[in-house]
Amino acid sequence: MSPGRLAPRLRHQLPLLAWLVLVWILLWGTWSWANLLSGLAVALVATALLPLPPVVGGARLRPLPLVRFVGHFLVDLVISSAEVAWETVRPGRDRRAAIVAVQLRTDSDLLLTVVAEAVSLVPGSLVIDLDRDARVMALHLLSVRDLADVDRRKAAVLAMEDRVVRAFGSTDDVAALDREPDQPERTAS
Amino acid sequence: MNDLDSVADVLAAGCLLVGALLCLTAGLGLVRFPDVLSRMHAGTKPQVLGVLLVMTGAAIRLHGWSATWMLLLVGAFQLVTAPVSAHMVSRIAHRRRHVRRDLLLVDELGGEPLTPPPDRLSGDQPADAH
Repeated sequence: MSPGRLAPRLRHQLPLLAWLVLVWILLWGTWSWANLLSGLAVALVATALLPLPPVVGGARLRPLPLVRFVGHFLVDLVISSAEVAWETVRPGRDRRAAIVAVQLRTDSDLLLTVVAEAVSLVPGSLVIDLDRDARVMALHLLSVRDLADVDRRKAAVLAMEDRVVRAFGSTDDVAALDREPDQPERTAS
Repeated sequence: MNDLDSVADVLAAGCLLVGALLCLTAGLGLVRFPDVLSRMHAGTKPQVLGVLLVMTGAAIRLHGWSATWMLLLVGAFQLVTAPVSAHMVSRIAHRRRHVRRDLLLVDELGGEPLTPPPDRLSGDQPADAH
């Protein structure tokens, strides 16, 4: 590899390297220079042997929206856990589910990943499939009551996307939130 | 000092108990829910929060930062990996039509995968699950 290509590659890998070193130090449980150096060595070997495509490009952290996202997320996680836990012990078996497609507005691998992870952990939704090109996310909704409930859940997913993008997205990503989605939504069958 | 310890103990015990209960409901859900997709709900939400609470309880009770860091890592990886594995299982289940379609109120995909597989893979089409 030529040195000219090494520099941008290293910059892309830097967040990953930092994360790996952090994990290494946390695993040892104590801070020391030996841990830092050995962690750095392990991280370099790992990223050299198992290279990953750069995904972090263009992302930035905004502290206040991040707090808002994390706060919402924790509350949602508690509510959804309680809901699903109640569903498991609730007598009766008349449960209706739904499979819906939601048109997202984000066009970034990293943000879509965060949205998908977060959506899987909040009330009643689970990601089944993602059409990356069309930015459509297929979701399974647990225990829906009626069609209005389905619409409410879909709006909740878009609100989640909104919070994620405002916390992590670049300026372009945030601007994309306010535009109308350019692909028509799939019609219900 | 003793009072502080007992408050911490009660907190830790509460976290451990609630966390264990949530993990129990996750297991119950796996048995009671009607199809693969619903079961994956049980495998993600109560399970993840259960593990997080057990980790919090353990972190309060165990003294020493070394254990705390380790528990923090367990929690972080649980948050990151549980949705991914649940998604992979659900995706396969949906593509192989292991879905109780009679229980669906709405199905906007009409039973088809969002992105159809390439032609060479389409020979594998089991019937709907019942």
